[in-house]
Amino acid sequence: MHSFIQFITGPMVWISFGICFIGIVFRLLQIFRLTREKENFMFTFLSVKFSLRSILVWLVPFLPVSTRKSPVFYAVSYIFHILLFLTPLFLLSHVILIEENFNLSWWTVSDWLADIFTVAVICALIFFAIRRRMVPEVKFLTGLSDYVFIILVALPFISGFIAYHQFFAYQWMVIIHVISGELMLILIPFTRFFHMILAPLTRAYTASEFGGVRHSKDW
Amino acid sequence: MQDVKTNKKVIDEGVEAGLAKLTPEKIASVINQVLEKETGARFKAYVQTCMRCGLCSDACSVFLSNDRAPQYSPAAKVKQTILEMINKKGRVSREFLSDAVRIAHTECNVCKRCSMYCPFGIDIAYMMLTVRRIIHKLEITPLYIQDTVNSHAATGNQMWVKQDEWIDTLQWQEEDAREEFEDLRIPLDKDGSDIMYSVIAPEPKFQAGLIYQMATIMHAANVNWTMPSTPGWDNSNMAMYTGDFETSGRIARIHYEAAANLHVKKIVMGECGHAFRSVYDVGNRWVGWTAPPIELIHAIDFYHFLLTTGRIKVKEKYKKSVTLHDPCNISRGRGLHHKAREIVNILCENFIEMTPNKEHNYCCGAGGGVINCGPPWKGTRMVNNKEKSRQLKRTGAQVLIAPCHNCHSGLEDIVEHYELGMEIKFFGDIIFEVMEKTIFEEGN
Repeated sequence: MHSFIQFITGPMVWISFGICFIGIVFRLLQIFRLTREKENFMFTFLSVKFSLRSILVWLVPFLPVSTRKSPVFYAVSYIFHILLFLTPLFLLSHVILIEENFNLSWWTVSDWLADIFTVAVICALIFFAIRRRMVPEVKFLTGLSDYVFIILVALPFISGFIAYHQFFAYQWMVIIHVISGELMLILIPFTRFFHMILAPLTRAYTASEFGGVRHSKDW
Repeated sequence: MQDVKTNKKVIDEGVEAGLAKLTPEKIASVINQVLEKETGARFKAYVQTCMRCGLCSDACSVFLSNDRAPQYSPAAKVKQTILEMINKKGRVSREFLSDAVRIAHTECNVCKRCSMYCPFGIDIAYMMLTVRRIIHKLEITPLYIQDTVNSHAATGNQMWVKQDEWIDTLQWQEEDAREEFEDLRIPLDKDGSDIMYSVIAPEPKFQAGLIYQMATIMHAANVNWTMPSTPGWDNSNMAMYTGDFETSGRIARIHYEAAANLHVKKIVMGECGHAFRSVYDVGNRWVGWTAPPIELIHAIDFYHFLLTTGRIKVKEKYKKSVTLHDPCNISRGRGLHHKAREIVNILCENFIEMTPNKEHNYCCGAGGGVINCGPPWKGTRMVNNKEKSRQLKRTGAQVLIAPCHNCHSGLEDIVEHYELGMEIKFFGDIIFEVMEKTIFEEGN
C-alpha cells in the first residue's frame, strides 16, 4: 500500500503531466500537419487581429449576445472554468508539495476560501448535470459520456474536500484524489476535455472568416 | 417531417428514386470517402470540440419555430446526421438517409447564425453542407434543386434560359425603358466598360421589370456599363448548396471569365444574397482565388455609392412605413447592413427596425437552397418559418424591404401564409419610384 501511494504521488505525477503535455503538443502538431496537407487555405484566411478581437470579446461576460440569452448558464460556466484552474493552482497544500520538491512557491488562497471554491465547483457540476436532465434541447444531445466527464471533474474536488476535512476514509480519499486528478490530466489531450485547447482555435478561424472576409462580428 | 396539410411524410421523387438505387456498400463507401478524403482537421476539431451544451439552439429560427422541439437545434441536426454516420462508419440505412436529406436540405438554411451563438464558433453550416455533399454524391438530392443544378451545369444559368431568349429579353426591356429616357441603352458586350452588371436567371425569366429598373438607374446615373450576352451573366449558384462543388466552382469561374473577356473594371451584381455568397465567398475559393479576381460589389454597395455621391437624386422620399430584412449572405456575409440602413434613411421617411437585426437577423427561411427544394417542401417550410413571421409582424410596417431574391420569394410565402399584409420590395423598386429621372452630369 505504501509503495502504491508512493508511486501515484511520485512517478505517476510526472507520467500524468508528461502524457498531458506531450499529448497536447502531439495533437496540435497533428492538427497543424493535417491542415497543411488538406486545408492549407485556412492559414491564408487566419487573422491574428480578428482572432484576438473575438476571443477577447468572448472572454467578457455578457458581451456576446449568446451569453445574454442564457445568463444563468454562462454565469455558472464562467465561474466554474475560472475556479477549475484557480483552485488547484493556488491551493496551499499543492503549493507546499511543490515547494518541498522543487523549492518553488507562489501565492496561495486561504483554506477557507479554497473550501468555498471547491464547493462552488461541485455545485456548478451538479448544475450542469441537472441542466442536462431538465433542459429538453440539452437532454437530446446528452449521452453517457457527458455524465462521465462531469464525474471525472467532480472526483478530485469531492475527494480532496473530504480528505482535507478528514471526514472519513482519509487514506482512500487521498488515493482517489490523486488518481482522479492524474486521470483527468492524462485524458485532456485525447477526449473532449481537449476543448480547452481546441475552442480558441475554432473560435479564431470562425472569427477570421467573419472579420476578414465577411466584415462582420461573430458575437 | 409530416406535411402540415396532409399530415403525411413529404415525398420527394428525386430523393425516393435515388434511395431506391442505393446499396449498403455504395452508401458506406461514399460516406467514408467524403469523411476521410474531403474533410480535414477543421471537421475533426468541430466534432471533438462540441460539448453538447445546446447554446446554439436559441440561434436557430427553425428550432424556435417548432416550439423549441429539441430535434431542430443546430447541434441536434449534427447529431442526427454526421455524428451517426461517423459512429456507424457509414453503415446507415436508407431511412436514415431520407431523414438526413430532410434535415440538411430543408431544416437548415446554412445561415451561420449558430456560429455566433456557439461559444466555440463551431461552423455548423459547414457540417450541414458536408452532409449535403454526401447526399449529392449518393445522388439523392431533392428533385427541384437538382434540376436547377442541372440547368447550371448545362447552360451556365439556373433556369434553362437560352442565349437568344436572354438577348431578346434585354432588348425588350431596353425598348420598354425608353419610356423613361428616349436614348436609353442596355449595352451588350461593350468592351472596356467601367461596370459589368450581372443578375440571377429568374430576372429575365419572371421579373424582367427589375432589369428595366436597373437600366433606368444606370442611365440616370450616367454609368458606363454593360451586360454580357454569353454565359456568365447569371451570378447565381445552387450547386454551392447541393454539395456539387465542381459545378459550383465552374459557374463562378464562368461569371468572372465573362467580366475578364469584357475588360470591365468592376462587377456590380443585382439584389441577391446567395449569389453574392457564391461569387464573393465560396465559388471563387473553389476555383483557387482567395478574393474575387475582379472587384465585385453587391447592389447595396452600388446604390449607396450612387445616392451618396448625388448620381441619383431623390425627388420625394418614400412615404409608407418600411422595415428592412438583412439577408444573411450580405449582412453576416459581408457587413452591408450599415450601408443598407443609410440607403433606407436617404430613401424613406418612416423606417422601423425589426428585431433581431443586422448580423443577428433571422434568415428569411428560404435561404441556403431550402426554397429551391420546391413545392413538396413548402408546407413544412411554412411551419419552420413561424418565428420569422412573428418577427415581421412585430414591426407593424407596411413595406418590407428585402435586398435579396431568395429572401423575397420566401418572405412572400410567409406574408401570404401568415396573412401579414405587407408589401415586399427591393431597394431598386423604391429607388425607381422616388428618383429624379434626369441624367447625372459630371461636375453638376
